[in-house]
Amino acid sequence: MSGPLLDIRGLHVALPPGSDRAFAVEDVSFTVGEGEIVCVVGESGSGKSLTARAVMGLLPEPKVRASAGRIDFEGRDLLTLPPSERRALRGERLSMIFQEPMTALNPLMTVGRQIEEVLIVHAAKLTAAQRREKILALLDEVRLPDPPRMAASFPHQLSGGQRQRAMIAMALILDPKLLVADEPTTALDVTTQAQILRLIAELQARHGAGVMFITHDFGVVAEIAHRIVVMQHGRVVEAGTADSVLNRPAAPYTRALIAAIPSLTPAPRRPATSARTALRVTGLGKTYRMGGGLFSAARAVHAAKAVSFELKRGETMGIVGESGSGKTTVARCLVRLLKPDAGSIDLDGVDLAPLSRGALRPYRKRVQMVFQDPFASLNPRRTIGDILAEGPIVHGLAPAKARARARDLLGLVGLDPKVAERYPHEFSGGQRQRVGIARALALEPEVLVADEPVSALDVSVQAQVLRLIADIRERLGLSIVFITHDLRVAAQVCDRVAVMHRGEVVEQGVTAEVFAAPRHAYTRELFASVPGRDWIAPALDAPDGAAAQ
Amino acid sequence: MTDLSEAPHGQGAPTTRGRAADFWRRYVRNRSAVAGLVILLTVIAMAALAPLLYPADPFSLAGRPMSPPMTGQFLLGSDTLGRDIAAGMAHGARTSLLIGVVATLVAVGLGVLMGGLAGYYGGWIDDVLMRLTEVFQTIPSFIFAILLVAVLTPSIVNIIIAIAVVSWPALARLVRGEFLSMRNREFVQANVVMGMADWRIILVQILPNCLSPIIVAASLLVATAILIESGLSFLGLGDPNVMSWGFQVGAGRTVLRRAWWIVTFPGLAIMLTVLAINLVGEGLNDALNPRLRERAS
Repeated sequence: MSGPLLDIRGLHVALPPGSDRAFAVEDVSFTVGEGEIVCVVGESGSGKSLTARAVMGLLPEPKVRASAGRIDFEGRDLLTLPPSERRALRGERLSMIFQEPMTALNPLMTVGRQIEEVLIVHAAKLTAAQRREKILALLDEVRLPDPPRMAASFPHQLSGGQRQRAMIAMALILDPKLLVADEPTTALDVTTQAQILRLIAELQARHGAGVMFITHDFGVVAEIAHRIVVMQHGRVVEAGTADSVLNRPAAPYTRALIAAIPSLTPAPRRPATSARTALRVTGLGKTYRMGGGLFSAARAVHAAKAVSFELKRGETMGIVGESGSGKTTVARCLVRLLKPDAGSIDLDGVDLAPLSRGALRPYRKRVQMVFQDPFASLNPRRTIGDILAEGPIVHGLAPAKARARARDLLGLVGLDPKVAERYPHEFSGGQRQRVGIARALALEPEVLVADEPVSALDVSVQAQVLRLIADIRERLGLSIVFITHDLRVAAQVCDRVAVMHRGEVVEQGVTAEVFAAPRHAYTRELFASVPGRDWIAPALDAPDGAAAQ
Repeated sequence: MTDLSEAPHGQGAPTTRGRAADFWRRYVRNRSAVAGLVILLTVIAMAALAPLLYPADPFSLAGRPMSPPMTGQFLLGSDTLGRDIAAGMAHGARTSLLIGVVATLVAVGLGVLMGGLAGYYGGWIDDVLMRLTEVFQTIPSFIFAILLVAVLTPSIVNIIIAIAVVSWPALARLVRGEFLSMRNREFVQANVVMGMADWRIILVQILPNCLSPIIVAASLLVATAILIESGLSFLGLGDPNVMSWGFQVGAGRTVLRRAWWIVTFPGLAIMLTVLAINLVGEGLNDALNPRLRERAS
């Protein structure tokens, strides 16, 4: 066949009446050739996932449906095929890898049985023994250790990376011509992500399938894309080869997006202005005991082990690590949402670690926290003004004064003070995160603990929130403990970083030095896994913030 | 920084009135809930107008015993002692609604207190409170209610106490579950970090977010309470000085074949009221938890 494998022309996906726009996807056209990886990039709401679902026939019809255009696959329009033929194509000729492998696999079926299911449906001729042989061979190909054991395991017994490998095996079992991958590595840690990306690229090359890869991360794009399609508000704004889009972007939106990506090269730092210590953490330890009843011993998990660091006044200390490294446990101990089992947290001569809830209360306001999820961190039933005034009122400020202060704070974080009367659901993620920061600032803390404050935000909004945090730190002379898994963000924000692995700080030092010459083996592995580390974003003169338009 | 100038979504802050209108719009979408509301309002009107329509004591002998409906001065007939059934039903509606509502309020208060404390604090407090709840749940509720009334002597206050005591455990479990899921939400943790007192977090921050399921459960509890009360009166354990539907049914059961109307009308009243309250509860559920509904359909 001569034409492209997948040819999408003028695709429109209509949203139900009463939505904020008529079409989620509007006049989208692009092709995926055989043996080609096409990355569809965009921020949330760009319609990239719905485009993928339209290809797979997984739109939540009839509310959301493809209303116009064609999706030609091997010369046949998928949109006009009867459901039975479409079903036969799915799995056999086109298959999909989902974002969250835990929810995409059936928890009550073993991995082997789930892959076998695909074969039973699509390849009825195979005998049970042939099926098993094929499954084990494939599990080996996606490099799962000990395939027979893996096949007999339930999804919850596998790690996140192993689950995603099992998903990939399931998608590849029938040797599909087209693989649609919807953010397949977003839920994974960096080191696992690097392995999965390598695996996808390798398998794609061996099987010669076309891949439509949906992602929001330009680093991932730089890593594997042959061609790139950039989407915004349901439209394609730019398409081209990986080299041209990444290094010579033409559309203003692409330029702004690329300009908003934090660079992996640490920003130049002014020397620490003050030698005074704001917070000194010594030998901090926290152990969780799981299970254990009357007759069985509890299993101990050391979430944090002998963590020590020092935070100077006006400094940002980064704690980086993957999930399960204990960085969030450390953050929660610092604000005393958790009580550490060992060690001390010295705040200007007061040890916070052993204090009881009551004794702690007067010190609470001096260490405040910014949370990760802007949608869960604001009480949906209270107005923004109430949320911001609560803290000061608790600490004895007159309500009228607290409300006036709330309005000032909104101005400080770049929101209109008039929004104090509104409820959180009326705001976008970035705006909510600004409110979250304002709430932490309401008590005039000395130390701010920010737990992944920008991880849930789109890259353009992320850049603005990071700039806000840096700006506030300068103006108020705050000291910040910044928890993140994203080394690019850490490079831009932190004066010093501590790298955590399995509850321990394996390396710490001045950001520029750690990034230039990581000493610990794990740190080196972490840096080597950052997607797109070899790609240096071109210096662009994109107007500040154009990305959010 | 365009994010700054980006206007918040929607047409301005929702006023209380706007929210109420929205709530009503979702409620009326459920037709059977509207029917339930109409029946319930009729029962409430009947209860409210009882002293005007039938100023006499419903226990007083009004005329010939066992008169069929629509004869003489009796709309729905009279019972074995010549008491007006219609008058008894109107006054009985007052009893049923009073007991249903008050017992539910007491049960909700107790359930929220126990469930809230257990869910918020967890640990040994949770263990102690939930074991206590389980002790109550192991005894069949109606038999437990009979036992309580028999021990406490039948009076309206004791019947309310008995119904509340057998009803709160289910609510406590519900509230505990809600609190457990709210307990680890980031906004609650933000309040903890802020140094807010626990009682304030429980009452001001978490409770308003749990109100929808509590209201729905409470509305269904009213129906159960009315049923228990009717059952108690039927067995002769009602307050002897207060007319009630269950008492009427109990008084007429021996003459069911000779005078069908004595048990039929109060029985229908019980059935319709309980049905209406259940329908209203379901409508409230649809209106208060719209997302659950969409997911299910």
